Amino acid sequence: MMLSPGSGNTIIKSKLISRRMFLITAAQAVVMFGLVGRLISLQINQATKYKSLSDKNRFREWKLAPERGVIKDFFDKELASNEPLYQVHLVPENTKDLNNLFVRLKAILNISETKVSYLKRIISKQKPWEPVIISENLNWSDFSRINLFLHELEGVEPIVSVARTYPDNSSAHILGYVSQISKKDLQTKEYLKDQSVPGMAIGKTGLERKLDEKIIGKVGYQRYEVNAFGKRIREIKIDTGQVGQSFKTTLDYEVQKYTNELLKDKAAAVCVMDVYNGDVVSLVSSPTFEPNAFVHGLDKKYWNNLIKDEKKPLTNKALSGLYPPGSTIKTLVALSALENGIIKPLDSFRCKGKIELYGEKFHCWEKEGHGIVNLRKGIQRSCDVYFYEVARKLGVDRLSETAKRFGLGKKVLNNFAEERSGVVPNTKWKKKFIGQNWYLGETLHSGIGQGYFQSTPIQLCLMTAQIANGGFEIKPRIITDGRNNNLRDYLKFKNENPNQPLPTDLLVANFDLKPLFKNQEHINLIKDAMFSSSNEPGGTSYRHRFENPKYTFAGKTGSSQIKRFTEAQREAEVKQKDIEYKDRDHALFVAFAPYKNPQYAISVLVEHGGSGGKAAAPIARKVIKKVLERHKLRERINQLTGEPV
Amino acid sequence: MLQPRSIQSSLSLRDKIFSIDYILVISILILGITSMFAMYSTDGGEFKYHTKSHILRFFVFFGMFFVVSFIGIRFWHNTSYLIYLGIFILLLAVKYFGLTSSGSKRWLDLYFMNLQPSELMKISLILFLAKYYHRISIENINSFRHLILPITVLTGPVILVATQPDLGTSILIAAGGITVAWLAGVRAKFFIYSGVAMLALLPVAISFLKPYQKSRILTFLNPERDPLGAGYQIIQSKIAIGSGGLFGKGFLNGSQSYLDYLPEKHTDFIYTLFSEEFGFFGSFFILLLYALIIYRIVRIGNITRSNFGKLYCYGFGTAFFIYVVVNMMMVLGLLPIVGSPLPIMSYGGSSMMAIMFGLGIVMSCKIYRDVPVN
Repeated sequence: MMLSPGSGNTIIKSKLISRRMFLITAAQAVVMFGLVGRLISLQINQATKYKSLSDKNRFREWKLAPERGVIKDFFDKELASNEPLYQVHLVPENTKDLNNLFVRLKAILNISETKVSYLKRIISKQKPWEPVIISENLNWSDFSRINLFLHELEGVEPIVSVARTYPDNSSAHILGYVSQISKKDLQTKEYLKDQSVPGMAIGKTGLERKLDEKIIGKVGYQRYEVNAFGKRIREIKIDTGQVGQSFKTTLDYEVQKYTNELLKDKAAAVCVMDVYNGDVVSLVSSPTFEPNAFVHGLDKKYWNNLIKDEKKPLTNKALSGLYPPGSTIKTLVALSALENGIIKPLDSFRCKGKIELYGEKFHCWEKEGHGIVNLRKGIQRSCDVYFYEVARKLGVDRLSETAKRFGLGKKVLNNFAEERSGVVPNTKWKKKFIGQNWYLGETLHSGIGQGYFQSTPIQLCLMTAQIANGGFEIKPRIITDGRNNNLRDYLKFKNENPNQPLPTDLLVANFDLKPLFKNQEHINLIKDAMFSSSNEPGGTSYRHRFENPKYTFAGKTGSSQIKRFTEAQREAEVKQKDIEYKDRDHALFVAFAPYKNPQYAISVLVEHGGSGGKAAAPIARKVIKKVLERHKLRERINQLTGEPV
Repeated sequence: MLQPRSIQSSLSLRDKIFSIDYILVISILILGITSMFAMYSTDGGEFKYHTKSHILRFFVFFGMFFVVSFIGIRFWHNTSYLIYLGIFILLLAVKYFGLTSSGSKRWLDLYFMNLQPSELMKISLILFLAKYYHRISIENINSFRHLILPITVLTGPVILVATQPDLGTSILIAAGGITVAWLAGVRAKFFIYSGVAMLALLPVAISFLKPYQKSRILTFLNPERDPLGAGYQIIQSKIAIGSGGLFGKGFLNGSQSYLDYLPEKHTDFIYTLFSEEFGFFGSFFILLLYALIIYRIVRIGNITRSNFGKLYCYGFGTAFFIYVVVNMMMVLGLLPIVGSPLPIMSYGGSSMMAIMFGLGIVMSCKIYRDVPVN
């Protein structure tokens, strides 16, 4: 076995080894080139792809909820503003003894045992660096106490953010409320697509909903470098986003508050409008709800009470409540008849308390009848028989045309999700939607605003405003847009210089001023009749008149029937207050004031309030006074701002 | 014989120092220093435990490398069976007294360090077989009788290590042994037959694999199979290397490793970290350095006179090449993640010790290149 060095055997072996090593070296070189090729492929050819993959690993963005814009009233009082929100968050990984910490927190913040076990359950489900919200909305004293004890509460972070707040509930319906974004919102609302931040509040109803897209602001971003476990390492970039646009409304907070107080506990609605520029001064629906309750997650019990309440506190009755206009429509019936030359102002009918048509009895509200009635007296006393006669002659199609022209049957405000358009019936409408021919009897019902007629309080307010301003079309608005409709200036000029041509600026400005009448004299006749209804003995709202010409208003009462009176009830002279609440008539009242120089129109609705003269007119009287008292203030601002239309 | 035997076997210290292969030594030193920077980066740019310990180990074992170099090649030849036996006993000891970490029993607690005998086995098997094939005559190499011992000394440790379980190291041990046997002249057909036999036994072997090992192989075949699980390492490593681009993200700026996307960045994935921070130029530089080291080892094999020296240098050089290539192919997504450190660069005392020991013997072959071993 032992071989001496240098022997032939060894040399052969050595050559064999070298030959084989040569092969291995060749193979090694090939593999080395392969590795270089792979490096070139990854680090040069595909570098861009891998760089972006690496950045995708590295950065993560967190969205920051923007601050909502503010909604102000006409006098810059904030109707919907933001308040600091004090929260306490907990980052579990920063605390050593979670149980001990909860014991301390319980003592300081008064958290319930169930909440603690709920929080612990959440903590066990998520990553240890993800914060948990311990308290969503703390008051200042609790928050300062937390800050005081902060040094012994490891992992607890006091957070200050902002949340929506409303000064009170007087404008809850028109403003609407905000609440947590829902899955459905994300699916249906385009503008939330890349705006949504979990837990962000968005407008659900009212102006908050209508203005949501602009008022919500722009979502901010926080870009963090994160490690493989998702933990934030450092902040790279912060974009705080944009505070939402603020809006100024035409509403008057003082009037809102006053009216809301007046309507307390009633199911009612009030709408007040400037007759010249259509500014909605007040829009109140009652009973109201607490909008602040929706901001931080609604209490279930409160919600159940709201939806069970038969007075429907969540419905904005001024915009979406549909009521037959009742006798308030008589102004338009008379106007339509005058305009169409059906009657003359002094044409009279005899009211005997009822008329008969094809065997059907049509009653006047005054059982004994009004005797000889002309147009003025018809409106003053609200004589049903007079209007049966006028309507029969006029026909429903001509009536509906006038009613539509004055704003009934279509939405008044732009783009308000809750608003409803109501119904102005005519023969075509009935054929189309009910599939039947029109009966003459239905024309008679329409003549006193019953039957198929459906309108909202804001429509009735607009109708009255357009009568009050002399019969011109106005476009109601609730958001001031910087424009100032100068219908007022136009009319002032016309009144003072009846025979002169318009100055150029008014001519240009009122390019699309649209009269709703053929003969303005007819409008004046209606206004005069409304005056007599409110200010002359025998008028339906005579009892509630103002003697002071500064406040004198001209109005029209109305009561819309829920259930037809039976002959028996009629014989027994059953009073409204004796029948069941839900069967009582809705009380309505529309008016404008002051009579001599109209500025505002008002509509009042009291659900199941009985007669308009008794239930609605007294409310209107008080609101009118309040609004007129504040007229000077409003006028000053109107003169300050705005460009002519 | 050009020089008298007596002169050759008693070299002075001055002669020894002059006959050191300085290119090799400097290459090792550069690689070692580079690895210190890489380690400093894995510690997040701080002078922490891994960096300190790595620097200490490098210099301790670099010293050992010189000590081993200056000891005559004849000594290493004479003691090689003994060394193998010693390491084998240590491997057996691991089986009974070993430390278990992440489900694998690989380490012996020696109080001052945790020794991983399987790393040392990589070198001692090469040493053993180099001596064995040096000693048997060329006619006997392919005789069946003379194949029994090599097969035994190879399969023994491979099975021991594979059952630790440490598939990666056992494959690398086998690779070193097979290389020496082939270099010595064992016929190719023998390897082919064994290969076929292995393939036939593959299904049986697979049934012995631990679930995580099966998963690694499946994952290698399709990393996107489980991007957050077993495929995660391959994907993240490729992202790190690729995102380094031409010039890299800069020292201490490797976001993938800094943000913990890279697993095992101290050990198996140290090359990934370096490639991310220094780009293509950095990774190519490291590759060149390894090529240079391997070239120098092979060159020493060429000039050394004894067949023991040749077999050892070629065997070790090839094994060294395999360690480097397997690690790199693994982090470049060309091989499944088997868990093999990158020589010198990776953190790990036993691996550093084994490589420095192996290189020391190579250098001893250079210094004593004309000394016959028996």
